[in-house]
Amino acid sequence: MDTVDSVFYPGPSNNPLLDQLPSYQSLLYRRKSSGAGGTKRRGSSRTRLNSRTRVSSSSSWKWKGDRVEERPTTLSLERTVRELPKCMEQKRRNNVERMEQARDLSAWKQWGQSARHSLKRLKEDCGQALSWLELWRQDIHVIEGMFGTGILSYFSFLRFLVLLNFVIFLLMFGFVMLPIIITNRASGNATFNPKHEGECTIYPSTSRRGLVVFHHYITDLLSGTGFLEETYLFYGYYKVETIDFPSFRYNLPLAYVLITIAYLFLSLIWIVKRSATGFKRKLVQDQDRFQSFCNKIFAGWDFCITNEMAARLKKSSLLYELKTDLEEERSRQKVAGRTVREKCRIYVLRLVLNLFVVAVLAACFYSIYRATIFSQEAQMYPPRNFILQLIYEYLPSMVITLANFITPLLFSFIIQFEDYSPAFEIRFTLMRCVFMRLASIGVLLFSLWSQITSCGSSNCLCGYNHKLYPCWESRVGQEMYKLMIFDFIIIGAVTIFVEFPRKLFVTYCDCGLAKWWGQQEFAIPQNVLEIVYGQTICWIGAFYCPLLPAISTIKYFIVFYIKKMTLVKNCRPATRPFRASSSNFFFLVVLLIGLALACVPVIVSIAQINSSHACGPFMNYNTSWEVVPQAVSQLPGGLNTFLKAISSEAFAVTFFVVTGLAMFYVIALAGAHKRVVNQLREQLAMEGRDKRFLIQKLYQAQKTPVRSTQNLEEPGGVFLVQPPAVSATHV
Amino acid sequence: MGNKQTIFTDEQLDAYQDCTFFTRKEILRLHGRYHELAPHLVPMDYTNDPDVKLPSALIVNMPELKENPFRSRIVESFSEDGEGNLSFNDFVDMFSVLSEMAPRELKAIYAFKIYDFNTDNFICKEDLEKTLNRLTREELTPEEVNLVCEKAIEEADLDGDSKLSFADFENMISRAPDFLSTFHIRI
Repeated sequence: MDTVDSVFYPGPSNNPLLDQLPSYQSLLYRRKSSGAGGTKRRGSSRTRLNSRTRVSSSSSWKWKGDRVEERPTTLSLERTVRELPKCMEQKRRNNVERMEQARDLSAWKQWGQSARHSLKRLKEDCGQALSWLELWRQDIHVIEGMFGTGILSYFSFLRFLVLLNFVIFLLMFGFVMLPIIITNRASGNATFNPKHEGECTIYPSTSRRGLVVFHHYITDLLSGTGFLEETYLFYGYYKVETIDFPSFRYNLPLAYVLITIAYLFLSLIWIVKRSATGFKRKLVQDQDRFQSFCNKIFAGWDFCITNEMAARLKKSSLLYELKTDLEEERSRQKVAGRTVREKCRIYVLRLVLNLFVVAVLAACFYSIYRATIFSQEAQMYPPRNFILQLIYEYLPSMVITLANFITPLLFSFIIQFEDYSPAFEIRFTLMRCVFMRLASIGVLLFSLWSQITSCGSSNCLCGYNHKLYPCWESRVGQEMYKLMIFDFIIIGAVTIFVEFPRKLFVTYCDCGLAKWWGQQEFAIPQNVLEIVYGQTICWIGAFYCPLLPAISTIKYFIVFYIKKMTLVKNCRPATRPFRASSSNFFFLVVLLIGLALACVPVIVSIAQINSSHACGPFMNYNTSWEVVPQAVSQLPGGLNTFLKAISSEAFAVTFFVVTGLAMFYVIALAGAHKRVVNQLREQLAMEGRDKRFLIQKLYQAQKTPVRSTQNLEEPGGVFLVQPPAVSATHV
Repeated sequence: MGNKQTIFTDEQLDAYQDCTFFTRKEILRLHGRYHELAPHLVPMDYTNDPDVKLPSALIVNMPELKENPFRSRIVESFSEDGEGNLSFNDFVDMFSVLSEMAPRELKAIYAFKIYDFNTDNFICKEDLEKTLNRLTREELTPEEVNLVCEKAIEEADLDGDSKLSFADFENMISRAPDFLSTFHIRI
């Protein structure tokens, strides 16, 4: 078999059969070597497949040459000229040919083509003009060059969040704040008729009177009480029912509710749209035969790296990745070879450790709950010392931050004992951290609500505890405001007080401790969790604190520069690199989880909990949602019945059934496609083996001595005793 | 557009815009970069298509390519003589294929050429070993190198000839999610 296999090995007498295969036409090399024995060990001479030099070659080869050239163009008619794998001159010639062909078409088609052409040009020019408006283009370019595409995806994610928050702020501002601002200046008349009387409507003012000590202002600024409470910042200020403009009436409560739903919906659509490309790529990945080694070798080197340091680190990280993969391969073999006794031991150990993790989570949640209740009670009777007062106010935030600091360390320590494969370890730890972070906000809100809706032993008169919380939405808004401010302070403080000293310590101190601690790594997952946490707070809080998206925009804007500075000055790239492709998808999945989690409190508080009667736009309604059915009932008859029909049960059930059917169909289609792909892959393998077999047979037949006349009669010049004068492939 | 540039005629710029993924501004900028590699060799006036080629040694020292372990192979794959001497057309072509907008199929063709060190239209085990050594600064032991190459061929080889033909390579690339984002040079 070996002698026959030599047809595939490069040698001085390369079998010209291989070169003539149509599949090699796509691999045209741009060789201009003329004359025999070029620079490479190609025995046969090649001349350039160029119409200018064609004149000298034999007529039969010219014909063959043209025919060979024709085949690629007919195949590539669907592709634009720029996508052809040819050198520039050939592309230009193709372009000219196509334009000449186009001239033969009718005038209408010509006009159509030229219109399309100029539209494409216009789109390109516009795209270039718009790219100048792109925020932080230059900064992100620099980061990409220094640290690669993994960290780049973090910063473009941050930029996306800035834009998202800015758009949400514009929505809130345009539909909720602007009408009120205009009424104060100009034509409108803000009316509001209080329906309820009695003690539910008492709202003692919290602004300070008399001689105010300066530090009270700081406390107020940091916790949203006092002079900040009765401003546009909080829900309680929007005490308006309708605004009468000269031409129409503007229903502010309706706008408030609808804008809340609109911004949640807008966020969902924008995130899903952004994750669509990443999701498609994830589906293409065949999980059964995933090619981790090929990926690393052929798609592992980031061609964008321009920094010597970064290149060295990238090589080390690739080395590390390959070693990890080999390690994973070994561990997979080990798992396959586990005995039943070992399996039992592992499963019992995992169960125990998971119970331990659940216990830790429960302990954290309980401490957040108690801290919130303590903080709420302390705010009723604030202590004299204003620092202590601030600490009591920020106690829930501090406990949440502390829990979110300790638990990842604990989780990454525990998972070592659970004996999973390295890739699964990372993902599982991450999922636990995500759950911890986002659930802690939920626990905080739950404990707040339990305070708000508990009135001691009796039933609540107004549906909520009106003595302690005359305007409970503003109070919830204040808690969200405090969480956001504290988060921002922590990001800044950790950078200044932990990362900078660490860098100085590690650089200038030569002791063993410095070497063990090492330089800071930019840990992408933890940073992403941080900003998703902030965004979840913004989504929940925007209903209670309409200016929160604006604060969030400014916060993320500053965080970008803080993170960029710490990246450039303090960090070295991670030894465990984060894959760019899956990272975008991962960020958006975590963000979606945050959005889903944010929707729950907002929906519950709009639909379920009684709105406060002392403040806000929903004073005259029982719950915030009531304004919508009321507005709908005031619509003209046809629209009214239509909307009522949409929200009825019959329609909802039908809708769900139809959606379920559509999903089932799409899943079945995907399964069918996967089967077809597998079949085609097997077919491809079989064709390859066929090709090998046939070529070997041909080679054998060539090698056996036959009468020369027989060879010359073979059609198509396939069998050649000598190498041909020109070869069609190597250009 | 009112740009009073005299480097290219309008038809040339149109042709470049059609044949590459760059806009006019970017092509002019590329010409500036090409020129500053060898100011005395490269003319500022390209209206009559001068036949100027820059040697490979100048191109591989560009900041975008300097740290790339495959820089010599990249330049060789786009040169007409296989030695790495690039004319301006080849230069623009190279960065066009490596830009963000080039489609996956086109990039796969050139990636195959780059990784095929002995230019025999197959990526055999020696090619893989060379690639691996360039990627990891030769810090893997020979057994590990052998093992990794074998596993890579096992993953991608479809027709069972223990080396990768272009069909195998293209099939593998279509399932490599990182390829489009890593096989990309910004200029």
